[in-house]
Amino acid sequence: MSEVPVAQRRGTGRTRPRRTRLRARTLVVALLVLVAALVGAVLLGAGDIGWQRVLAELVAEVTGGRSPLSAREAAIVWQLRVPRVVLAGLVGAALSVSGATFQGVFRNPLADPYLLGAAAGAGMAATLVVVLAPAVSAWLPAAAFAGALGGVGLSWLLGRSAGRTGTATLLLAGVAVGSFLTAIQTFVQQLNTTTIRQIYTWILGGLNVSTWTDVLLALPYIAPAAVVLCLCARLLDILALGDAEAASLGLRPGRVRLLLIAAASLATAAAVSVSGLIGFVGIVVPHLVRLLAGASYRVVIPLSLIGGAVFLIVADEIARTVLPGEIPLGVVTAFTGAPFFVAVLRSSRGQRT
Amino acid sequence: MSRLLPTHAATFPPAATRARPRRSRSRTAALSFVSLLAALLMLGGCATHAPDQDSTAKPDTEATFPVTIGSVTIDRQPMRIVSLSPTATETLYSLGAGPQLVAVDSDSDFPPQAPHTNLNALSPDPEAIAAYNPDLVVTTADTGGLSAALAKTGVPTLVLPAPNTLDDAYAQFITLGKATGHQAEGESLARQTRDDINKIVAGTPKPAHPLSYYYELDQTYYSETSATFIGQIFARFGLKNIADGGTGPAGGDYPQLSAERILQADPSLIFLADTKCCGQTAQTVAARPGWNTLTAVEQGHVVGLDDDIASRWSPRLVDLVQAVSTAVASAGR
Repeated sequence: MSEVPVAQRRGTGRTRPRRTRLRARTLVVALLVLVAALVGAVLLGAGDIGWQRVLAELVAEVTGGRSPLSAREAAIVWQLRVPRVVLAGLVGAALSVSGATFQGVFRNPLADPYLLGAAAGAGMAATLVVVLAPAVSAWLPAAAFAGALGGVGLSWLLGRSAGRTGTATLLLAGVAVGSFLTAIQTFVQQLNTTTIRQIYTWILGGLNVSTWTDVLLALPYIAPAAVVLCLCARLLDILALGDAEAASLGLRPGRVRLLLIAAASLATAAAVSVSGLIGFVGIVVPHLVRLLAGASYRVVIPLSLIGGAVFLIVADEIARTVLPGEIPLGVVTAFTGAPFFVAVLRSSRGQRT
Repeated sequence: MSRLLPTHAATFPPAATRARPRRSRSRTAALSFVSLLAALLMLGGCATHAPDQDSTAKPDTEATFPVTIGSVTIDRQPMRIVSLSPTATETLYSLGAGPQLVAVDSDSDFPPQAPHTNLNALSPDPEAIAAYNPDLVVTTADTGGLSAALAKTGVPTLVLPAPNTLDDAYAQFITLGKATGHQAEGESLARQTRDDINKIVAGTPKPAHPLSYYYELDQTYYSETSATFIGQIFARFGLKNIADGGTGPAGGDYPQLSAERILQADPSLIFLADTKCCGQTAQTVAARPGWNTLTAVEQGHVVGLDDDIASRWSPRLVDLVQAVSTAVASAGR
């Protein structure tokens, strides 16, 4: 956390220190934290197997030795716990990197991945599936994915048809589309009151029913989107200067925005399709990264990716172990994230002003 | 969460507030019509209203009206009942009061001959209910001041909430019988159901070893503890519920279990109360990752229940108890 020397070295003359490149040391620390979170979450779970025995199982798996676990306990670890932890990491990474991107694209600190109708679209599609094809729960992820992308696509088309390229129009289109789709969803749900509990459970979001299938469903979208966003982090820094400045630097702001929003929405849609609507991750993690490591998007984007994974793995660990029953994941993310966020905000107040 | 919470609020407003904004515009015409009708009825007084009721009434000889149940007084035998409770609908038919029903809510799907409507029990609309010109409304919850609104049109509302015990459920049979002029039938239905259930439980062979069970409400592993109505039924068979034991305040009586916890508990029996809602079967359970290691799956003790019966407290409970008995007998061998 030595902000001052960096600012001096770069000699930007700003009062606010701004680190523009991700330092290797920071990245290594972040990756170590991620590995620690992963291993910790695999060792400790709702099933009371004993972390030493799980550790022995992991070692046995790597070295080909004898495992101390029974077949059922091995199934608990490999079929239930590990995919859940991996999926938590994937979803957290996708949501927070998308959140960071939306905040950059809209130059709005309150932007989150659900801003352009992704949540409303996914919610509507999920509701339709639950109501119209209740027996085919396998369609739910596909429908939510399509609904999330459809919502964002609709917002984009509406924003464009308004004839302006500015972000304000797109933002308003997103609000309109979101309200409209939510209205449809509420109406359909109202007509089918027997399914309300299932829809509510889905919308609350959670990773209780995570399998390797879900990981394989989400990974092909989240991984490329994350790569694209990491490569485009510099463009976000340029966009932050404003459209006119960006254009004078040879950038076409409209196109860049389309690319960034498309990639972020793809990641968001994949995350939503396997986990429902998990709030707060996309908004708090990028801000935490900014406060801890610097505001340049070349820092924020990759660290949000890692930080989001860590945050959601830890939040899900709390959700599944603190009480005998599951706690809704969205409750945990907000309940633990918000005070943490405020604490970091307060402690960094001195050095940021 | 800051962005998400408003979304939730918009998606799941309290039932009482949900329908208001939509209704205001689309139903202005209906509203003014009903107000006009109400005004006309008031002008005409009760005299014009009463013959309409009596024309269909075949007064039960044994019935003695008026009847008072709690704070509700029913002046004469109801002949135009609106049921907003699937349980009450089933029970009324069992009592022989089926012909007195003029409308049942959208969830009342049994028996098939019930007069189905799209009345919504979750956010009941007093106007829509009043349009059936009822002389008794039966519901499970007095949502949004329903009974007060109906009282203004002179319609008594009987609120029969979900019971906590089997005895409460039997008592509701008697109450419904009393309220509809079938007092003797109500008492005999309560007695009969109690006897049937007791007989099934007593006749179930005692398991050779203690049996545990997992009761599944949906495929995200929501379950219920022994403290619930349905849990008490299972407890009577001496079954141990894997959802019991230290569920904290957040879990409540309907906790969501972790898949890990279910696998580790390795229940002897799995009861699926999500066959209709969510299409779960013994096959889909066996196909879940890791679940094939469970004793209940290996030995074929995954039992599909009728979700509807399991979420109601009607005389059909006997069928549910029978299904549990069969499963216990098979798993206890």
